[in-house]
Amino acid sequence: MTPEQTLTAYVLRLGDNALVLGQRMLELVAAYPELEEELANANFALDYIGQARMFYSYAGELEGAGRSEDDFAYFRPEHEFRNLLLVEQPNGHFGDTIVRQVLFDVYYLSLLEALTRCSDKRLADIAARAEKEVRYHLRHCAQWLVRLGDGTDESHRKAQQSLDELWRYTSEMFAADALDEAVLTSFNGPDLGEIAVEWQKDVSTIVEEATLSMPQEQHMASGGKQGKHTEYFGYLVAEMQSLPRTYPGATW
Amino acid sequence: MSEQLWPLYEVFIRTRGGLSHRHAGSVHAADDQMALDHARDTYTRRNEGVSLWVVRSDRIVASDPAETASFFEPAEDKIYRHPTFYDIPDGVENL
Repeated sequence: MTPEQTLTAYVLRLGDNALVLGQRMLELVAAYPELEEELANANFALDYIGQARMFYSYAGELEGAGRSEDDFAYFRPEHEFRNLLLVEQPNGHFGDTIVRQVLFDVYYLSLLEALTRCSDKRLADIAARAEKEVRYHLRHCAQWLVRLGDGTDESHRKAQQSLDELWRYTSEMFAADALDEAVLTSFNGPDLGEIAVEWQKDVSTIVEEATLSMPQEQHMASGGKQGKHTEYFGYLVAEMQSLPRTYPGATW
Repeated sequence: MSEQLWPLYEVFIRTRGGLSHRHAGSVHAADDQMALDHARDTYTRRNEGVSLWVVRSDRIVASDPAETASFFEPAEDKIYRHPTFYDIPDGVENL
């Protein structure tokens, strides 16, 4: 791969993570039990969609084949998405959603921080903008995890269960593949080994504050970075793409 | 909405450095930190502020509407309390 192709594939992957997580959160719009949290969730979801747009637009320019952000989001089949398995996991109950957000946001924040120092100016600028948004999301969701873990017996039990169940999707974030290595060497990209150490430290701090326990070693799932997704993903893609595929070129 | 309502907080926003915080509205929240987050997400989405205060509504000591007469009406006929009897010297701006 040329450096441009490497960067294109990498930026697309960043876009996929942001889009899929944003889409998951959008499924919860109008479903929150409190008005203020409803607004917060919708704001956060749109932050991720906005980040996906920036990544996709840039990927389209790098690729130079005339593909737009919509082409990437709405006209690619399921197996061409390279998002992490964690972000496609269903919302489940509120505790599941919060645990997913915390596990991903801690990683994503470190990743974005590292990307602000990468040698590609445009990618560094996008990362700097996204970093501020994600820092706030993490603050918000980590507070919720502490409330749930350190709340009632029931909320504690459920939060621990969510943590134990979603844990298997976390090691994929740090498993560097050829693309991660290439971006690290050619563009001074994120070092996933370092990010894994930070992540472990930051997550255990939140988990401890929430009076929860770190999950035990277990079988880890992976495949998202290669386009092999969990069974839930097809439904998400189908719903997300149904409108533009039914009415191509539709506008407001 | 949940059956048990979260307490109400009043939200104050400073729109720019140097200005004072002004009352913007209220939010419900289970604790102080959440109130601050809710205020941020509800009232500063369009770049409205640089600083936020939240305070539990039930901690505000308010004047009693029934006492409006004794509280405020005595000031009505005391026009000498308004600084309108001074001549402003020429050339003084910003007074």
